[in-house]
Amino acid sequence: MNLPVIIKFVIDLLAVLLLALGIKGLSKVKSAREANRLAAFAMSLSVIGLLSYYLGTSGIAIQSWIWIIIGSIIGSLFGAILAKKVPMTSMPETVALFNGCGGMSSLLVALGVAIFPISNTPENFDFFKSLINEVSISVSIFVGAITFTGSIVAMAKLQGWLSTPGWTQSKVRHFVNIVFAVASLIAFFDLINGNTSTIWLLVIVSSLLGIGVTLPIGGADMPVVISLLNSYSGIAAASAGFVVDSQLLIVAGAMVGAAGLILTQVMCKGMNRSLVSVLFGGSLSAQSTTSSGSGEYTNITSCSVEECALTLEAANKVIIVPGYGLAVAQAQHTLREVTKKLEQNGIEVVYAIHPVAGRMPGHMNVLLAEADVPYEQLKEMDVVNPDFPATDVVLVLGANDVVNPQAKNDSSSPLYGMPVLDVQEARTVFVIKRGMSAGYSGIKNDLFDLPNTSMVFGDAKKVLNDLIGELKDLGVGEK
Amino acid sequence: MSFINLLWVLLLGSLLGLELIGKVPPTLHTPLMSGANAISGITMLAALTLIVKAGGNVPLLIIGSVSLGFALFNVVGGFFVTDRMLAMFNRKPSSKK
Repeated sequence: MNLPVIIKFVIDLLAVLLLALGIKGLSKVKSAREANRLAAFAMSLSVIGLLSYYLGTSGIAIQSWIWIIIGSIIGSLFGAILAKKVPMTSMPETVALFNGCGGMSSLLVALGVAIFPISNTPENFDFFKSLINEVSISVSIFVGAITFTGSIVAMAKLQGWLSTPGWTQSKVRHFVNIVFAVASLIAFFDLINGNTSTIWLLVIVSSLLGIGVTLPIGGADMPVVISLLNSYSGIAAASAGFVVDSQLLIVAGAMVGAAGLILTQVMCKGMNRSLVSVLFGGSLSAQSTTSSGSGEYTNITSCSVEECALTLEAANKVIIVPGYGLAVAQAQHTLREVTKKLEQNGIEVVYAIHPVAGRMPGHMNVLLAEADVPYEQLKEMDVVNPDFPATDVVLVLGANDVVNPQAKNDSSSPLYGMPVLDVQEARTVFVIKRGMSAGYSGIKNDLFDLPNTSMVFGDAKKVLNDLIGELKDLGVGEK
Repeated sequence: MSFINLLWVLLLGSLLGLELIGKVPPTLHTPLMSGANAISGITMLAALTLIVKAGGNVPLLIIGSVSLGFALFNVVGGFFVTDRMLAMFNRKPSSKK
């Protein structure tokens, strides 16, 4: 072994170790931020290792440098700008977009190697080696394409650019996807047999498969899908590692792939959904149209902000239930002002965080943290549920399905079995909502009909602003 | 590096990944996903290899460069966005009552 090889080996080893520590650290609140930086450092280290290896062995042509610099500057710049500019509310779709681009990268590498074989000189042609090469190229293309189109569809759906087309909820979609899957398998084996012309067929059908599989999935399940696609992009990276013969790529890709799978599983558990039903069950709203869940509200009590303020003033314990509506209205800072006033008046305030509140697990935590809500006041569902009977007022802010008692009481409801927050146990529930529209699942919320529930109609931010005014008038929090 | 060895690497890497994440608080689901996602941009190494080995083949250089761009978009954006999310958790202790 010569020096460049040894150096690269040591650097790669170090990078793998740091990446593993990074992933590990990211799963604990205390170490998460450092872990993220550690992983970023490991990634830069791996680039240095690779470049130094080539500099020490074959050298890097000027032409190559130019293209490396162009690619890295453009990619990094766009990535950094997007990461800085994007609002916290669109985090899920941003992750999906990044993820899709990672898949695209693996796809392009495999495509490049397939179209322009790098070192396939006939004299040292090794059948076994070329077979592996072709298999890994095909896997990279297949998984990379699915990751890319799937992620883009997920992003478009979360952004509201794409809705769920009706046909994707019928059985037709399974047939269509099976056709795509079979077609990609055929292309896959044809490609391995050395018929490189089918490569474009593989690219096209696996892209279509990515779209066909993601399109029918409803918004509430999107985080799970993004996590799964994230796992795929790890697999794509690992198979690209086989293509270019890089152990570091294989280890890192396999790690992300496996960790992503575990995370997907954890998320599914939080929603009481199985991965199979997420992937093949279609979206909840489609099933609900026929179930008992849809129906008219009979007993809606609407109330003014003033009444709400009066009740809050008299309370001892208040639980806030935030949801996607809060994120959309960007009302987290206003909410924080309200709760500050209540706290100054000696009222105990906690936030009940449903595992899937918002559009992604952890979404609400991030949002509330942005508004300086102390971490200790955020309570997870299992912790906070026993507290509701002893609570005076619950403020539901833009959450809907996660507080629907149907999930507990109505076995015919599509939501049945999903863990929910038992807000109806509290003495008074205020639901701040723009109108009577259904939640993401499209299901009627029985909570709104209950006698202890009052609706305060309006945009979350506006209502909260009014609430601050009313509380001021009542002298709450003025010291 | 023989194929069998690479398979071992794949196997051990997967096992490591399975072990790394045991219990994750829901708070960290999004940042963890986003961080892991940034790491999956490690394909930038493959793109780099492609560019270095392309020689004077211009179409291959372009493909490699575009691929590198996509990968770095994923890596740089992913780490920044994760850091942004995590920064929000970290300034908490001061406000403890």
